Amino acid sequence: MAVSINWMKDYVDFALDPHELAHELTMAGIAIEGVDEKDGDYLLELDLTPNRGDCLGMINLAREIAALNDSQIKIPEHNPQENGESIHNYIKVEIADADLCPRYTARLIKNVKIMPSPEWMQIRLINSGIRPINNIVDITNYVMLESNQPLHAFDYDLFSPAKKILIRRAGPDETIVTLDDVERKLDEEMLLITDNDRPVALAGIMGGQNTEINENTVNVLLESACFKRTGIRKTSRKLALRSDSSVRFEKGTDINGVIYAVNRAAYLMQELGAGEVVAGICDQYPEPQIPRQIVLRPQRVNYLLGTDISVPEVKGYIEKLAFKISEEGQDLLVYIPTYRPDIEMEADLIEEVARLYGYDKIKATLPRGNTTQGGLTTYQKFRDYLEDLLARTFNEVINYSFINPRYFDMLLLPDDSKLREFIEIANPLSEEQSVMRTILLPGMLETVSRNLARKNENLAFFEMGSVFYPHGGQPQEVLKVSAVVAGKSKLNWQKNNVVMDFFYLKGILENILLQLGIENLSFEEGVNPSYHPGRTAIVKSQGIELGIIGEIHPLVRQNFDIKPRACAMELDVNTLYELSSHRVMLDSIARYPAVERDLAILIKNDVPAAAVLKILRDCGSELLQNIVIFDIYEGDQVADGFKSMAFRMTFQSKERTLTETEVNTITEQMLVKLQNQLQASLR
Amino acid sequence: MIERLLKLKQMTEETIQGINDMQTLNEVKVKTLGRKGEITMLLRGLKDLGGDEKIEAGRTANEVKNSLEKLIEEKTEQIKKKELEQRLKSEKIDVTLPGLPLESGGLHPITQVTREIKEIFMGMGFTVAEGPQVETDYYNFEALNVPKDHPARDMQDTFYIDEEILLRTHTSPVQVRTMEKMAPQIPVKIIVPGKVYRKDDDATHSPMFHQIEGLVIDERITFGDLKGTLMQFAQKIFHADVRVRYRPSFFPFTEPSAEMDISCVNCQGEGCRVCSHTGWLEILGAGMVNPRVLQYGGYDPEKVTGFAFGMGIERIAMLKYGINDLRLFFDNDKRFLTQF
Repeated sequence: MAVSINWMKDYVDFALDPHELAHELTMAGIAIEGVDEKDGDYLLELDLTPNRGDCLGMINLAREIAALNDSQIKIPEHNPQENGESIHNYIKVEIADADLCPRYTARLIKNVKIMPSPEWMQIRLINSGIRPINNIVDITNYVMLESNQPLHAFDYDLFSPAKKILIRRAGPDETIVTLDDVERKLDEEMLLITDNDRPVALAGIMGGQNTEINENTVNVLLESACFKRTGIRKTSRKLALRSDSSVRFEKGTDINGVIYAVNRAAYLMQELGAGEVVAGICDQYPEPQIPRQIVLRPQRVNYLLGTDISVPEVKGYIEKLAFKISEEGQDLLVYIPTYRPDIEMEADLIEEVARLYGYDKIKATLPRGNTTQGGLTTYQKFRDYLEDLLARTFNEVINYSFINPRYFDMLLLPDDSKLREFIEIANPLSEEQSVMRTILLPGMLETVSRNLARKNENLAFFEMGSVFYPHGGQPQEVLKVSAVVAGKSKLNWQKNNVVMDFFYLKGILENILLQLGIENLSFEEGVNPSYHPGRTAIVKSQGIELGIIGEIHPLVRQNFDIKPRACAMELDVNTLYELSSHRVMLDSIARYPAVERDLAILIKNDVPAAAVLKILRDCGSELLQNIVIFDIYEGDQVADGFKSMAFRMTFQSKERTLTETEVNTITEQMLVKLQNQLQASLR
Repeated sequence: MIERLLKLKQMTEETIQGINDMQTLNEVKVKTLGRKGEITMLLRGLKDLGGDEKIEAGRTANEVKNSLEKLIEEKTEQIKKKELEQRLKSEKIDVTLPGLPLESGGLHPITQVTREIKEIFMGMGFTVAEGPQVETDYYNFEALNVPKDHPARDMQDTFYIDEEILLRTHTSPVQVRTMEKMAPQIPVKIIVPGKVYRKDDDATHSPMFHQIEGLVIDERITFGDLKGTLMQFAQKIFHADVRVRYRPSFFPFTEPSAEMDISCVNCQGEGCRVCSHTGWLEILGAGMVNPRVLQYGGYDPEKVTGFAFGMGIERIAMLKYGINDLRLFFDNDKRFLTQF
């Protein structure tokens, strides 16, 4: 909302220039976003916090300016000259649902002359963002801007003959055509103003077309009421209909300000020659609200702020706000005017004192209590370390936690897949972001796809993030880590880049697991619908499953529009943490010489390396320090269906120098077992 | 005999002078000093001499032999040194060629900034607390003094799973969860990083983003302590001479509440596009913990007080790295990620 400086001067005197005033208000919690010069006037752009809806009224904002400048506000003239008739002969008011409408008042203006409002008023309305319509409607808006009390004007003669206002909830299938020409379907939670027979306004939000002020209007019924903020909020949201009126009611208006506003509007109508004011006000106010009383302890002010403000000073700040005070021993009893519904407790009053004292004057200190040892838990440290290890090779990405449910089909997951049991967002922004992910993979593939589409090639990404499993009530959140590679490792002038394939990824994974102290690894052939059936492994440590690694199934790649082969892994972070050893025990360094032996065998090509290695390790026992597979060959000079494998083994004892014979015995045993169990032969 | 020895010495010395490689030098060595070399040959004539002359000739022969051996040794050194020099010269490489790229990954800027913020607060004695991203209405709103239909709920449009379960709109639910666990122990000093969700998607809003939240509860915690703690933070995360100001604000879970601005990191407060020509940047919200929230958490507001603060990590990262588009953080473009 924009506030005119010239207009503001009607309500309060101040010497500050507009920019100084804007700064002063901002630093007191009434944020001014901008100051615009317009036709010799300045407009302040207000950015109010939700608790200070009262400042949408010029007079309430004037109270702030007065408090900051030690001046007084000027309440405008609001006593109309009434004619000899009584309003009670014209209209009756009945509130059926006082829970939504605690107060309703009405005045009657007779023999109005509908015409444009004076130019000065039109300019003020336009500068405040309101379109001038005619003198009657403009005055209601003008008074709303002034007092923050929304008003509504009805054409009295269009009311049904009962001449009675009944405020009630809507019936089941009731509708109303509002001033904006839209027919609104109502429900039983919505409050209506009716003329006893039919709805004439959607209470506090918008008037009805059937009683709209028009060029033939002769008698005007003025409404000034208080509607409960929650009711207005619900109705406004349900109908997606907001108005200057509903915004104010939602934020809370002053129930004791309705009389002022209706009088002020009547006064202006009379003063501007728009009509004559019928004597009296219809005022239905079943439970009058008295100002709240709050005890303010000056010593508590200093306790909470860390200041040393004296009791008279504290009192002085409250008095600047024109709140009434009575002293009760050491404490102050403060009467909170009903136009400040945001002040509900002592802490709110302490904020009032603090902002008038000036936040910037409060001295910066540090907490004086017992010192504490800050830091991370071992699990938190572990996660950071895992991220660091992954970040050596992969670029970390952050994908949204919500995904497109279509991804499950794109991953070729069967209908009964556990991963299809997901948490759904009831009000998503779009279908693409409508379910909570149960797996990181689709986000990773989407990221790869997006990068490839932009000609970013040779990709290596990782993400650590939660997936969500239904669990009745709050879901189970499980931390996963995923990495994906596609393309080649970095090209360099020595031309020794490599394709980032399964073994590239597996090598990195093995290295990371080694760094984390996760031992006894096994990679077992695995089946997963999203992965290549012959290039997928379940990763285990000590027989416990850590996750999966494999090449992405070509059809899945196609679904995500990924042309090059891609490999991925996804592991459970908590399991990694459970299996990681936090302690390193030094293995003594052998003093006796090592013996190296190479062994080349021919073996059927469907025998997994793990089977061969197991035999070699079993035979070698603790003397076999290390095995490297340094060659695998199929083709010329190797029979069809066979492969040649070459191993380099290092033997070493911690107690003595090994003899040739000892090593030969071991390698002979190895060959025998390989022959017997795997039909391998020496090459 | 002596004459011939001296003549041989002179000739050999001249030959050695002109030699530049080990092979020729070795040949000369063999030819002169070897078992069948010239000196040995000459010495065979010794038996024909007698008396003093024999002694004299023997001595001279030894001197010549030693002298030549020494000379050859020196020459060997010289040649080896020269050969090494030549080899090193031939091994020259272009040191301006790039080194081999081994590892090329990196942490996301959000992770990097989060870690930096955590480090700063851990140095001040804070521990890191975490909580669920899919929360209950109670922890996300009710216990933070935001009852149903409170207008403050408009400030943060919420993704709901059902009536009671939602995607947390801020990291503040962890405040209450931590208090419940700790009460009545003091002090509480936590920071809470994490993902949060709001139903907003445009140039300046992402439906998922990151926040970091802080909470301190102890006896006699004051608004001054809040100012001092956050001032230290601002100076560490930006730079030592950054200026800070506090404006009154509103959050349902703090009272009094404040917004902290820092002098614009781009123009140092002169006024520029980054700070909308105000010289100030809004970076975090804070305040004294609302007594009702302390009560929800199980603390007596008459016995302890506290402060809380929260900020958007993306906002801090954008200011630190000069990033002007929020969406880049979740676009995961390699060309963006490799810059950090």
